Amino acid sequence: MIDLLLDTAPRWALLHAPALLVMAPLFLAPLLAILPSGRLSWLISIFATLFALFCALILVGQVQASPVGVVGYDVGNWPMPIGIVLRVDALNSMILLLVASIGVLATIFSWPTVKAEIPERKHPLFYSAFLVCFAGLCGVAITGDAFNLFVFLEISSISTYVLVALGAGRDRRALPAAFNYLIMGTLGASFYIIGVGFLYSATGTLNIADIASKLPDLAGNRSVEAGFAFIIVGLGLKAAVWPLHQWLPNAYSYSPSFVTMFLSATATKVALYALIRFLFTVFRPEFAFEQATFTYLLMPLGLAAMITCSFQAVFQTDVRRTLAYSSVAQVGYMILGVSVGTVAGVSAGLFHLLNHAMIKGALFMAVAGVVLTFQGTTIRDFAGLGRTAPWTMTGFAIAALSLIGVPLTAGFQSKLQLGYALFDQGMWWAVVFVVFSSFLAVIYMGRILEAIFFRPPINPRKSRKEAPILLLVPLWILALANIYFGITTELPLGLARDAAAAAFGLEAF
Amino acid sequence: MKSDHHVILRVITKVLIPVIVLYGLYVQFHGDFGPGGGFQAGVILAVAVILYALVFGVPSAMRAVPPAFTRSLAAVGVLLYAGVGFWALLQGGQYLEYQALFQEEPGGHHGQHVGIILIELGVLFGVSGAMLTIFYAFAGRVAEIRDEDW
Repeated sequence: MIDLLLDTAPRWALLHAPALLVMAPLFLAPLLAILPSGRLSWLISIFATLFALFCALILVGQVQASPVGVVGYDVGNWPMPIGIVLRVDALNSMILLLVASIGVLATIFSWPTVKAEIPERKHPLFYSAFLVCFAGLCGVAITGDAFNLFVFLEISSISTYVLVALGAGRDRRALPAAFNYLIMGTLGASFYIIGVGFLYSATGTLNIADIASKLPDLAGNRSVEAGFAFIIVGLGLKAAVWPLHQWLPNAYSYSPSFVTMFLSATATKVALYALIRFLFTVFRPEFAFEQATFTYLLMPLGLAAMITCSFQAVFQTDVRRTLAYSSVAQVGYMILGVSVGTVAGVSAGLFHLLNHAMIKGALFMAVAGVVLTFQGTTIRDFAGLGRTAPWTMTGFAIAALSLIGVPLTAGFQSKLQLGYALFDQGMWWAVVFVVFSSFLAVIYMGRILEAIFFRPPINPRKSRKEAPILLLVPLWILALANIYFGITTELPLGLARDAAAAAFGLEAF
Repeated sequence: MKSDHHVILRVITKVLIPVIVLYGLYVQFHGDFGPGGGFQAGVILAVAVILYALVFGVPSAMRAVPPAFTRSLAAVGVLLYAGVGFWALLQGGQYLEYQALFQEEPGGHHGQHVGIILIELGVLFGVSGAMLTIFYAFAGRVAEIRDEDW
């Protein structure tokens, strides 16, 4: 299918796909800001994300077809150490594909919820901020320059704070949540840029590939090690690695439901991509301090996230908070996979990253439907919805089962891969933690599912009130994807394996 | 003669504002050859309007430079910047490749000049528009300080 796309796509798209993928949404964003109509800006947003998806598919095809597995693009025709290059390999083409496809689904479903939750005169500005955020996330994933990565990280973060704060129309607590997120996010970005500064002082370059080629000669250099520490903390904050996740539950619970859905499926994932890029491409697992980081820092933090945040999720009364804490726990799985430090481990982590984006995307989309029709997000509000809104809630249930890791769902497959990677290194005790955390997931998702399907509705007069069709179609695409990729894992697992190989700088396939 | 007590402020401000704007433009166009450029110039131009708002009040500043205008100015700035990039693409170059703007041979500098001036102009619009929008957003929230409160 991708071959067909490469054959039929126009020449300009093939040549300039990396630049167009980021710049088309970024160009349309200010245009939306001066548009008067919300509906028009929604349609333009759909167009922009679809175009980005088209470019991302081209890039995936080009990376697979390329003999070295890398597609480069010199911005302004300035070559590598001097200019900014966009550099796409199997790792970031996978992330780009994920962000763009989630972006398309999210934008399509957004209109009914945005109409209900955002004041009308702010619709064009809302979509403008969304496109800036989308372009920023794509930019983080695509750039081959460490400083440019910081700029795109800030572009996406600042627009995210705005999007979170716009939840104030529904719940005033969105404002402190956004402010909290702003402080934590800015701290994370500052730590990252300090780390990049240390690396720059040691290597004299900002290009990621160039830094990577110079680091092996600098073994034992203190400023490299300090830079490493700063970058891990900074990106860890952005990726919500436990215990740096404090901003996440509030930001996810009080932002507009469309924003929650989009962020949960993309924002932490992109930060995690940047973390993997630095852990495996810039710094190498052969470095002594990095082995120590894996064993004594990332692995304990991953395990702690899986256990503590699953426990916290059990005690929440609000569905969105339950899902938010579960998100931090799931980031723990990915960090655990990464901290194994082998290709199998990283590919398991990335595979779970893809699956988790589909799972949480579907779950938060269904919650958005409930917010839209019943205006409530506590577990009590969900009681009996299995009868009044069967389609929405069946989609929710499929994704919930996938989150728990029931066989024949995507979540099961990624936990299986994680288990294989752990057993390979003889870490069977970590598998026990994975299984235990999955049991906790049974409890916290089980509470919600029990309320949905087995409790009588709190208001028996509520008749059928399904979410609108614009919301149901993307929801069911994601829910069916969970089942489909739970049965045949060829596509996402292939992407994740190539991506992990690319992260290690190995020849893919 | 109610507002006599800050007549000095008003007179000096009226003298200063044109100088500030002129200096902003100097920094803007000097950016090609030395330190300066769109970002600094944008801040300086915004400062001129902010000074006007501080002395003559936010409402009269908003009449002179309306918030809708500053918001569009910021958007137009980004459009201009990104637009130069797309212009280079249409002329067959890489994104933001100034040399390709007029399809010159290596050694031609016409595209380089036009490219950087347009880019810096985009930055100027973007920065001054964003600065003023942020200022209005904060200043518009509090009640005006009445003359008797001085």
